Amino acid sequence: MLNYFPEEVLEHVFSFLTSHPDRNAASLVCKSWYNVERFSRVKVFIGNCYAIGPERLISRFPRVRSLTLKGKPHFADFNLVPYDWGGYVYPWIEAMAKGSTNLEELRLKRMVVSDESLELLAKSFPNFKSLVLVNCEGFTTDGLAAIASNCRFLRELDLQENEVEDRRGQWLSCFPDSCTSLSSLNFACLKGEVNVAALERLVARCRNLKSLRLNHAVPPDALQKILAQSPQLVDLGAGCFAHDPESETYNKLKNVMQKCSSIRSLSGFLDVNVRCLPSIYPICINLTSLNLSYAPGIYSKELVKLIHKCKKLQRLWILDTIGDKGLGVVASTCKELQELRVFPSDFYGVGNVAVTEEGLVAISAGCPNLNSLLYFCQQMTNAALITVAKNCPNFIRFRLCTLNPTIPDAVTMQPLDEGMYAEQLEMLSIAFAGDSDKGMVYVLNGCKKLKKLEVRDSPFGNMALLTDTGKYETMRSLWMSSCGVTFGGCKTLAEKMPRLNVEIINERDEMEGRPDDRQKVEKMYLYRTLVGPRKDAPDFVLTL
Amino acid sequence: MAIVGLGLETELRLGLPGGGGGVSCLVEKNEKKRVFSDISGDQNNEPKTVNKSQVVGWPPVCSYRRKNSFKGDEGSKMYMKVSMDGAPFLRKIDLSTHKNYLDLVLALDNLFGCFGIGEALKNSENSDYVLIYEDKDGDWMLAGDVPWEMFSESCKRLRIKKRVDAKGIGLHAKDLLKGISNGE
Repeated sequence: MLNYFPEEVLEHVFSFLTSHPDRNAASLVCKSWYNVERFSRVKVFIGNCYAIGPERLISRFPRVRSLTLKGKPHFADFNLVPYDWGGYVYPWIEAMAKGSTNLEELRLKRMVVSDESLELLAKSFPNFKSLVLVNCEGFTTDGLAAIASNCRFLRELDLQENEVEDRRGQWLSCFPDSCTSLSSLNFACLKGEVNVAALERLVARCRNLKSLRLNHAVPPDALQKILAQSPQLVDLGAGCFAHDPESETYNKLKNVMQKCSSIRSLSGFLDVNVRCLPSIYPICINLTSLNLSYAPGIYSKELVKLIHKCKKLQRLWILDTIGDKGLGVVASTCKELQELRVFPSDFYGVGNVAVTEEGLVAISAGCPNLNSLLYFCQQMTNAALITVAKNCPNFIRFRLCTLNPTIPDAVTMQPLDEGMYAEQLEMLSIAFAGDSDKGMVYVLNGCKKLKKLEVRDSPFGNMALLTDTGKYETMRSLWMSSCGVTFGGCKTLAEKMPRLNVEIINERDEMEGRPDDRQKVEKMYLYRTLVGPRKDAPDFVLTL
Repeated sequence: MAIVGLGLETELRLGLPGGGGGVSCLVEKNEKKRVFSDISGDQNNEPKTVNKSQVVGWPPVCSYRRKNSFKGDEGSKMYMKVSMDGAPFLRKIDLSTHKNYLDLVLALDNLFGCFGIGEALKNSENSDYVLIYEDKDGDWMLAGDVPWEMFSESCKRLRIKKRVDAKGIGLHAKDLLKGISNGE
């Protein structure tokens, strides 16, 4: 009966399908649905830029307007992936420019973005509206200037935690006076100064500006002038928040802040005078997201005072200076908490102020909606983890790190035996943990929705790797470094699964010719792909 | 831990934790014993000791956050002194702007106008100079042994020493140590 629906009707129905999994499922039903779906697909998400090539993207989805790409493996964040491993965006932009794609939105994570790419991007897509770069590198403020100058309808420029070389140009001043369309501007990760007067004028003329995140170089007294121009802000990243509490500008800031009743998300505070924190109390009641993880020197007492007022918080990123007691306050105040990240304040020492399993257990008891966790702590116990798992059955993201990676009672695979709550897990990181291959096998079996598994310095070997090779085609990627996997094991896997790229990363020039099968592999990264071994792999990457 | 060649062995191996191979870091035999006695009634088998400051990418905090946190040793810049035998004054170099040893060596070549430092890292027999560095524990180490990230996280200062002065074990090496510890 469905065959009698004209395609326009199907297309209309599909326009209500917005999630990628839903669209992917619809495209598998039959040829006709596949075709209707592909011509109507506007947003494409590619979790691994090497799983598919740009030409195939364009030929399958000719009407794509929004592209999300992720490049390097997650462990690249921790310097485990060599500098020029790959993840270049240029070929994608080039292909879309040639294919006359009507690109409006580009979101990149862990990719290498050159100024050349940005210039090509800025000049090739007249309707380009939104650029989001997360954890990327390779570009300078010159590239940003090209975007600012050329993208006439730019709505969003969102730079999160990128390594950007500052060329001391005036990139922000490159937004022409005619640019009034900005709704989101985030340059918190830039090191250099921007022209403050140009910034103020830009904010004043962009009446739709909802999100603004400043960098550290914007002087503190500029903040109140900027906020006065944009009381409609929903998301604010304060850069430098070190005012003189006796000063007139601080007074002005307090007044202006009270009018910013739309602010739901607060971040930044890259430099803080804690005596100025009361100025944000009036907006705390409305906050759903608070990120103080880059704010130095806010001690537990002040944090607690602040958190007490944030009853609607759903996301909290904080330093471990909050302590277990502070987490107890979070647990009793923030009943709607869904995401918690507790970062270490002291990377190498065993600090006095830190959090333990107690804090996490308290959170799990008070915040049953918790589904996403990143937790750096001094110690953890199996019993605590079992309690947490029972209290919070909805985890989709779970990352736990005990700062001393090898203390006793460290995380083992035991809690995950229970299986029931691990079923929703999409990503898991394991480091210095586990006793035998069984642990990894449990994870692979029990986590039905697992997309990404990354393992380092754990005793999992070929047995674990090869037990369920079919599983890897259901996952995006697997990373294993400093484990027990050997070259022979990887070769076996690669032979068995031709639709996986099994990359061996070896930086030390030891591999002249093929290494011995029994030799342990330093770093292995495997991922499913439709396009075979990539052509841009550097010398130290061997794809089996 | 000491400069290799003085007879104080350092264990640097890749392998399974607790599997007799240590982990990919420097391990002191004494430390192993200490941890063993601390663990009472623990079901876990071998003690796995890790010198925290020496493991690459540990704790797993993303490098952007590492560079931009105000606590600890990491600032966004990693300026350190570089001295060279025979040069009348020291220079400073920002390690965070370099991505690997080759990069660093080229920069040092530029600074000191001398050639052959690059050779030292690739081929230890054929050059006039060696590059050594002082690490977080205060030990002087030969540059190039450990991955770049581990090196840049633990390096405090650099020194370009004449090969003839650094060569050899025993007496020569002792003199080397003396010379360094005399606050140069």
